[in-house]
Amino acid sequence: MRKSDSNLAPRTDAVTRDPIPHVVSVEPFDPYSVEQTTAEQERYFRASQWQMMWWRFRRHRLAVLSAAFLLLLYASVPISEFLAPYNYQTKDPAHIYAPPQALHLFDAAGAFVGPFVYSYDFKLNKTTFKREYTIDTSKTQPLRFFCFGDKYLFWGLVDARFHLFCPAEKGTVHLFGTDQLGRDMLSRLIYGARISLTIGLVGVALSFTLGIIIGGLAGYYGGWIDDLTQRLIEILRSLPHIPLWMSLSAILPRTWSPLIVYFGITIILALLEWTGLARAVRSKLLSLREEDFCVAAQLMGARPRRIIGRHLLPSFMSHLIASATLSIPSMILGETALSYLGLGLRSPITSWGVLLNEAQNINVVALYPWLMLPALPVILVVLAFNFLGDGLRDAADPYK
Amino acid sequence: MFGYIVRRLLIMIPTLLVISFLVFVIIQAPPGDYLSGIVSECQARGETGCADKIEMLRKVYHLDQPFIVQYGYWLFGLLRGDLGFSFEHQLPVVQVVGDRLWLTIIVTLATVLFTWVVAFPIGVYSATHQYSLSDYAVTFFGILGLAVPSFLFALVLLYLANVYLGLSIGGLMDPDYIDKPWTWGKFVSILEHLWIPTIVIGGSGTAGMIRRLRANLLDELHKQYVVTARAKGLPPGRLLLKYPLRMSLNPFIADIGTLLPELVSGAVVVSVVMSLPTTGPMLLEALQSQDMYLAGSFLMFLALLTVVGVLLSDLALAALDPRIRLGGSATK
Repeated sequence: MRKSDSNLAPRTDAVTRDPIPHVVSVEPFDPYSVEQTTAEQERYFRASQWQMMWWRFRRHRLAVLSAAFLLLLYASVPISEFLAPYNYQTKDPAHIYAPPQALHLFDAAGAFVGPFVYSYDFKLNKTTFKREYTIDTSKTQPLRFFCFGDKYLFWGLVDARFHLFCPAEKGTVHLFGTDQLGRDMLSRLIYGARISLTIGLVGVALSFTLGIIIGGLAGYYGGWIDDLTQRLIEILRSLPHIPLWMSLSAILPRTWSPLIVYFGITIILALLEWTGLARAVRSKLLSLREEDFCVAAQLMGARPRRIIGRHLLPSFMSHLIASATLSIPSMILGETALSYLGLGLRSPITSWGVLLNEAQNINVVALYPWLMLPALPVILVVLAFNFLGDGLRDAADPYK
Repeated sequence: MFGYIVRRLLIMIPTLLVISFLVFVIIQAPPGDYLSGIVSECQARGETGCADKIEMLRKVYHLDQPFIVQYGYWLFGLLRGDLGFSFEHQLPVVQVVGDRLWLTIIVTLATVLFTWVVAFPIGVYSATHQYSLSDYAVTFFGILGLAVPSFLFALVLLYLANVYLGLSIGGLMDPDYIDKPWTWGKFVSILEHLWIPTIVIGGSGTAGMIRRLRANLLDELHKQYVVTARAKGLPPGRLLLKYPLRMSLNPFIADIGTLLPELVSGAVVVSVVMSLPTTGPMLLEALQSQDMYLAGSFLMFLALLTVVGVLLSDLALAALDPRIRLGGSATK
C-alpha cells in the first residue's frame, strides 16, 4: 500500500506533461478477440485424438526409430527369396563351417573395386581335424547385383533365379558364414525372419481376440461370469508354462505338415498369452461401464454387444494396442525357447529359434561363434517391439 | 478382513481341485506311459517275460485302470500326503525332490534379490529423468536383459567365465564338492558359480520390473499431490521417496505371489543349459520320460505355492496400501 501511495504523490521535479488524452474507440468491439488463439494453438485444440497421439508418440524418438526398423523388416518378409543370396536349403559341401567373409570396397593395393569379398582357401588340418580357412587377398570376387543365381521357388509356387545380389561366378559370398552343412547363414536368417516375425503377429491376433471377448464379458457383466473367468485366469497362471507347452506340443501329431505344426504352435502360445490381455480389458471395462456415456447408451436401449463394441472398447483401444505390441516379443522369445527345447518348429522349416537350436552347445561358442548370429535379429526385434510398445503406451492417453 | 481370508481359503479348494485335474491331464496327454518305454527297452535286450513283469507293474500303479480312476488314486494319495513313486529314480518323490529343493531356493532367492537391487534404482532414475539420454541408456540395458535369449546368454557367460575366471563349466559348484557334506569350501564354490544363473535368470525379470516401476512412477509423478508437495518446498529426494515411490511399490508386492512358478518355469531352459542341480531340469526330465507321479506331484506343489503366494501378496497389498479394500465389491 505504501509503495503505491508514494507513486501517487505529485511529482514536482518531473516535467509536467499533458495527461493521456481520453479517447473512445468507435470501432465495434469483438469480445472474443481477447481470447483469440494463434494458429498453433488452434491446431492443437482442434486436433483429433489420433492426431494428438501421433504428436505425443513422435516425442519418443527411440519408438519412432524402432517403428521404422520394424516396418523395414516386415517389408522384407514377402520378398525373402529375392533378398537372400542363396536358397536356404542349398548345401555346399566344400564350405562347411566357413567363417563370415568380410565385405570390402578397396582391394589390398588400395584400388577401388566396388563391393567384393576375398576368396577362401580351405584346408583340413590333418592332425587336429579342424577346418582351416585362410583368406586369399590376391583373388577378389566382386558381388553382382540384380542378378541370376541360386534357384528357388518364389512363395513355393514359381521357379525363379533372380536375386538382389549374388556371388561372383564360381565364387562364394557368405557374409554371415555357413553352418555344419555348408548352408549360407545370412540366407537362412532372412528366410527365418518370415516365420519368426509372423508367428508373433498371428499369435497376438489370436490372444487379442480371446482376451477382448473373455475380458469384455467378464468386465461388463461382472457377477458370476467375472468370478468364473477370474478363477480360470488364476488357474492358467498358476501352471508353469513349460509343462503346458510340452504336453500341448506333444499332442500335435508328428505326421502333420510343418505348416500346420506352425499354426499349432502359435495357437499354443496364444492360449497361454490371452490371460494378461483379458485382465487388462476387464479392469478397464469395470471402471468405464460406470461412466455417464455408458449409462446414457444403456438408457437409450443399446444392447450389451453394441455398448461394449461401439462405446467401451474404442475408448481404450489405444491401451490395448500398446499392450499387444508389448506381448509380441514374448511370443517371439517363446518360439525360440520352444524350438530350443526341441518342442517347437523343426528343421526343414527355418525360423530364428530353429537356427539358435543349432547353436546350443559350448563348442559353437568356442569354435564357430558366427552360428550365434541369429540371436542378433532376435535381440534387435525384441528391443524394437519393446521401445515401440513403450512409445505407444506413453502416447495412448494424450489428454493426460 | 477375517471373513475375507476365510472366503479366499474356501475358494482355494475348488481352484486346487481344478488345477489338480488339469495337471493330471497335462501329464497324461502325451501318448503312451513310462512303462511302455520300459517294455520296448526290455524286449530290445532280448529278455523273456517282459510282458508279464510289466503287466504286474501296471497293476501295482493302477495304470491299467481308466483315466478317471487313475486320477482318483493319485488325488487321494496326495490328500494323504503320499506324493507317489518316481519310476525313473526308483525312489519316493519326496526323496527325489528333497536335495534339489534347497538349491532351487538358494538360486531363486539370489535371483529375486538381484532383480530388486537392479530394477529399483534404474526404474526410479528413468522415471524421474523421462526422455533424457540417460533414461534411454538405462532402459536400453534393462530391456536388453529381456531381449537376449536366455540360453544363449548363459552359454556365452559360461564360456567367458571358464576362459577368464577358470570356473568349471555348468553346475552350481565345483565337481569335487558334489554329494559331499556342507563345508565352507562348498559354500564358497556355490557362491562363485551362483552369479551366472542369477544374472541370466534375473535379467528378464529385471526388465519387466523396470518397465512397470517406471510406468507407475510416471503416473504418480503427474498427480496434484506431488505438485502441492513441491510447491510447499519439500526437498525433491524426500518428496520422491515419501509419496510417489510408495504408491508405485504395488507391483513389487503383487509380484511375490507369481514369482515362484515364473522363476521355476522360466529357469528351466537356463538350468538345462547350465546343468544346474535344481528342480527345473528334473521337472523337464520327468515330463519327457512321463514319470507321471514325479511330474504331477511337483506341479501340484508349485500350484499350491502360487495360490497361497497370491493370497499372501493380496493381504500384504491391503496392509501396505490402505486404499485397497479387499472385502468390498466393485461399485455398481
